[in-house]
Amino acid sequence: MFSNSKISNIIGKLKGIILENKLKIYLIILISAVIFPIITDNQYYIYIGVLTLMYMILASSLNIIVGYTYQYLIGFAGFFAIGAYTTAIITTSYEVNFIFVFLISGIIASIFALLLGIPTSRLGGIFFAFATLGFGEIIRLIIINWDTLTRGTFGIPGIPRPKLFNFIINTNTNFYYFALLILLVQLFISYRVINSRVGRAWLSLKENSEAAKAMGIKIAKYRVLNLMYGTFWAGMGGAFFAYFTQYVSPDTFVLDEGFRIFAMVLVGGMGTLIGPIAGSGLLTILPELVREFARYQLIIYGIAILLIIHYRPQGLFGAKELAQAKVEEKK
Amino acid sequence: MATILKTDKVCKYFDGVKAVDKVSIEVEEGIILGIIGPNGAGKTTLFNVLTGMLAETDGKVIYKNKDITKLSPQDITNIGISRTFQNIKLFDHLSAHENVKIGFHTKTKTGFIDAIFKTKTYKNDEQKVNEKGIKLLKRVGLAEKQEILGQNLSYGDKRRLEIARALAVEPDLLLVDEPTAGMNAKETRTIVELLDKLNDEGITVIIIEHDMGVIMNLCDEIVVLNDGNVISRGDPNYVQNDPAVREAYLGKGAS
Repeated sequence: MFSNSKISNIIGKLKGIILENKLKIYLIILISAVIFPIITDNQYYIYIGVLTLMYMILASSLNIIVGYTYQYLIGFAGFFAIGAYTTAIITTSYEVNFIFVFLISGIIASIFALLLGIPTSRLGGIFFAFATLGFGEIIRLIIINWDTLTRGTFGIPGIPRPKLFNFIINTNTNFYYFALLILLVQLFISYRVINSRVGRAWLSLKENSEAAKAMGIKIAKYRVLNLMYGTFWAGMGGAFFAYFTQYVSPDTFVLDEGFRIFAMVLVGGMGTLIGPIAGSGLLTILPELVREFARYQLIIYGIAILLIIHYRPQGLFGAKELAQAKVEEKK
Repeated sequence: MATILKTDKVCKYFDGVKAVDKVSIEVEEGIILGIIGPNGAGKTTLFNVLTGMLAETDGKVIYKNKDITKLSPQDITNIGISRTFQNIKLFDHLSAHENVKIGFHTKTKTGFIDAIFKTKTYKNDEQKVNEKGIKLLKRVGLAEKQEILGQNLSYGDKRRLEIARALAVEPDLLLVDEPTAGMNAKETRTIVELLDKLNDEGITVIIIEHDMGVIMNLCDEIVVLNDGNVISRGDPNYVQNDPAVREAYLGKGAS
């Protein structure tokens, strides 16, 4: 059996190397992500690539909420669903520019976050988790039962491909680059927000809400803003999903999906931008590598979470540890 | 001198326990007021009521001729009252510099749009919090430790950082809750000097303290609380010789 200290030693050293060459490593990852569809013709691989990128977008959204303010949003799949259904409903009835559809999907998810956030803004930890768990299920049940709008359990098929002037985003490769673009824009914007007054206010809530209050930070306001910002990207992720699969149904947005994304954030590490990227990469690609055992996928997730919680509670690239390593370096 | 803070029969009851009972005090602008009293006398509760962290059962708090009784802690911070905590409350996983930067929240304006597009507001704010943050750390003697995480600072430095952060909101009135608890004589002296310096710079200070040396040296006026009541008030000399104070601390017959 591995000892705890041995494992954290190895990871610590690895992290040291990563920290020293941070920019280079990011660049290498980015370049390989860009050339990936060029070096392979295998449509299946590219398809998995698109899914991976989509989960990276979703996990990054959730991480903003869970990792930066400790709001344990369990019903995350609900916001994913809202985005996907908004896109499905709009595009099957009207011909609208897809950029607009994306924004509307994000904004509607945000509006629902506002409605959820106001009554739950005083709930901490596990109580917030339970309330949002209920919210996710309510959304799914509304989708199933409001069949004049959502076609209920039949789902909505025939979502048209997004079109930019005369160019139709159609192939897996097209969607791959489209998702990569969304992810990069998302990371860029999140990076800027986090490193500003707004992001610092979020961190202060997570660190010590009493002290935040004494600093004049309006706690409820920043919690709700955080929820709205994170779910905006969840809505965008939903829009992407709808365009990509051209079909949405309530079966996609079950609780399991929320937990899957939560697992990605947990395994990759909360509170850093890179954590959920690593987590969603690992947890989307790993089950594909052992495809023969597809039915054991959830077991793989479970084992991954257990291992992480036991050996590295903060995740592979979690915030706390990274920050500490930074200080040790400076000493 | 004008009165900066006035309480009018402020009460805070916890289910019949009268933690603070009809306390009326007046604080003149520019002084250092000491609040002393045995454990459980209601000193920290009074601070929590003054800063809006606890709602008063009854009574009024007037700050600069304005009734602030019903204001939220955030609004009270906004109008210039800042505090530190008896049990230090830092942002443990953030660096000393970041701790102070968060303190500037109410003095900056950056929102989402500013942050995303790096507007002028964002740039001004960031420059302001960076520079002023360093300045504040220097002021309390933590300039070299700006990159160290809150949790990794020594106990004395934590106290100092908390004061620096409280100063970031640019207060006119600073409430410090046992700033020298658990410190050795040398550390205590530096905190006393710091508070004295801040007071010279025009900040009115209210300090809760058990160390009588600190109180007698530092304070212009002292209020003694016992069982939620003011039992004595006046300059250090008067309070020191007040039989009621001796009785509260040492029991009947001690004087």
